[in-house]
Amino acid sequence: MNSRKIVLVLGGSSDIGRATARSFAKAGWDVQLAGREAVALEPDAADLHARYDINASTHRFDVLDTASFVDFVAGLPALPDVVVSIVGLLGSQQTAERELEHAATIMRSNYEGPALILGLFAEKFLARGSGSIVGVSSVAGDRGRASNYVYGSAKAGFSAFLSGLRARTSRGGVHVVTVKPGFVRTRMTEGMKLIGPLTVEAPVVGDAIFGAVERRTDVVYVSGKWRLVMLIIKALPEAVFKKLKF
Amino acid sequence: MALICGWGRFPAVDTDLLTPRSFDAVGDAIAATSGGIARGNGRAYGDAGIGVSQTIAMTGFDRVRSFDPATGRVRLEAGVLLSDLIDTFGPRGFLPYVVPGTRFVSVGGAIAADVHGKNHHCEGGFGRYVDSILLRTGTGETIEVSHEANPEVFLATIGGMGLTGVILEATLRLRPVETGWIRERVISASDLHAAMRALDAGDSATYSVAWIDCVARGSDLGRSLIYLGEHARASELSDGTEAFPRGRDPRLTVPIDLPSMTLNRFSVRAFNELYYRMGARRAGGSHLVSIFPYFFPLDGVGAWNRIYGRRGFLQHQCVIPQDGALAVLGDILDRVSRRGDASFLTVLKKLGQGDGLMSFPMPGYTLALDFPVTGSIMNFVDEIDRLVVAAGGRLYLAKDARQSRATFEAGYPALQRFKEIRASLDPTGKIRSKLSQRLFDEVRP
Repeated sequence: MNSRKIVLVLGGSSDIGRATARSFAKAGWDVQLAGREAVALEPDAADLHARYDINASTHRFDVLDTASFVDFVAGLPALPDVVVSIVGLLGSQQTAERELEHAATIMRSNYEGPALILGLFAEKFLARGSGSIVGVSSVAGDRGRASNYVYGSAKAGFSAFLSGLRARTSRGGVHVVTVKPGFVRTRMTEGMKLIGPLTVEAPVVGDAIFGAVERRTDVVYVSGKWRLVMLIIKALPEAVFKKLKF
Repeated sequence: MALICGWGRFPAVDTDLLTPRSFDAVGDAIAATSGGIARGNGRAYGDAGIGVSQTIAMTGFDRVRSFDPATGRVRLEAGVLLSDLIDTFGPRGFLPYVVPGTRFVSVGGAIAADVHGKNHHCEGGFGRYVDSILLRTGTGETIEVSHEANPEVFLATIGGMGLTGVILEATLRLRPVETGWIRERVISASDLHAAMRALDAGDSATYSVAWIDCVARGSDLGRSLIYLGEHARASELSDGTEAFPRGRDPRLTVPIDLPSMTLNRFSVRAFNELYYRMGARRAGGSHLVSIFPYFFPLDGVGAWNRIYGRRGFLQHQCVIPQDGALAVLGDILDRVSRRGDASFLTVLKKLGQGDGLMSFPMPGYTLALDFPVTGSIMNFVDEIDRLVVAAGGRLYLAKDARQSRATFEAGYPALQRFKEIRASLDPTGKIRSKLSQRLFDEVRP
């Protein structure tokens, strides 16, 4: 048996997921990659093995299929030391305004599913007395904006869930990290106008997540500039905020 | 549509930028295009990485498929950057055999340009260490090419500027090394003749390159610092030295386009004077340098292309055959020094025989010059081109943005054969770049 630590990455085929897996593997961790299509993750598992000589396995995980969560956790070859949820769906605000189903999918993908699965791992980790839980939320959850409040509200819910979970589990040796990446150049943001100085590449997020686990940080704004930006945005009075085109 | 340019920021062209996520999607992109080219990390200086109508971004393909720690053979997707390869396998005792002056190029781009390093005179170019390539051709086929399978297509792909098809994957041989350090020896040369003699004398060194003070004139013309290097063995490191120094991100990044007057004959002259004197003081003994500043001096400054201002710059790199090189290079340097505005960093080195059909290197000396884009620059570099053609030399396509068809045709005698191979792989002309359109595609009505 090897004694390497294990990280489980939920949403392992996303750009941030792949980058996170690499950040942990580079430091010698074994990796469990989970995503909707386990087969599609195999090239990434092979990549991690070839690069870092660690063990990487692939697992099927669908964030909308909450009924499968208990079996998913039980079916893992080993309980991981760290679980990272990168799962999320930006969706389309405009479509969500007209179609309930799309709005519900955005809400469930960004809040219900991630919160339920991490809650499940929290129980396992508390029983063991150790572990770290990382939820990738968003600066969009810091204040609802006209242009993406369906997504933002789900992320707000997820951030609140993580903060409550952190308060509860910290006495049991379990650490919870909330990550707010800001703009990241990924498939999700392809074609969007991103503000250069506020935008980071996926590997920067991966390294930030690994660093937050190592240093047991609670809330991470990947680019420090976002902390300031959101501080200002949160401080604007509602009467002003609602008039901003934003 | 997106405005795309190379590292020299000239020219900038509007094309569709596609970012396929699977090899099948690359195939779809080729099938749908009326003239597309693969683009790696955008470090080609001119128009080689810009499609006629579509540009296919490949940096998303960055997976290592397999690695054999016993032999150093690695199979990887074409979008892996050399920096990534070095960071990943350096600490495991392997480095690429050949690296160019920046580590931020993709493997696919390094193959397509058959990039050369400071060891070309004795170890050849990047393509020499490629065992096989997975290529998606203009007809939509995916073929594996190597010295055994489709050898002609293989040799046309090495140095073929991406024009035989999209490079999807490759198998490379890596160099086993004990450390990430180079034992460097600096020699100062008082003029061009001395510089060339010093490079000749350094033929047995694994790495050799000369930095030329291109502002120096008269009897100082071509005064240089010659850098020779060997991989350091573990036993050469002093205790406590990390065997593999880490490659840092650029410590200094040029945040904005500098005003075009920043580089003028006075600032360049002052910089070169200082650089030469500091180097000359170190000449003689040998010392250890990390591979990063040794191989990639300019990577230490992020976005250094902005130093040349918004109008961009031209990089001009030629190779001159051995015989008569002294006179031709002297003539070129004399014109450059009299002009006075050129070349932040001018580099001279020896090349050996190129490996690919269209590879840039030939036995001789290569000179790389930078010029800010100004009104009179085009006529001036045309003048230099005439000297290069007359001497039987050629220009490096990865750095070219403006040479004429005549200059190109004179320098690359294998062009006809290359066109035939391309026609057989891509009869309807799907794979085309602004460079191929400029230099050798049939002109279509």
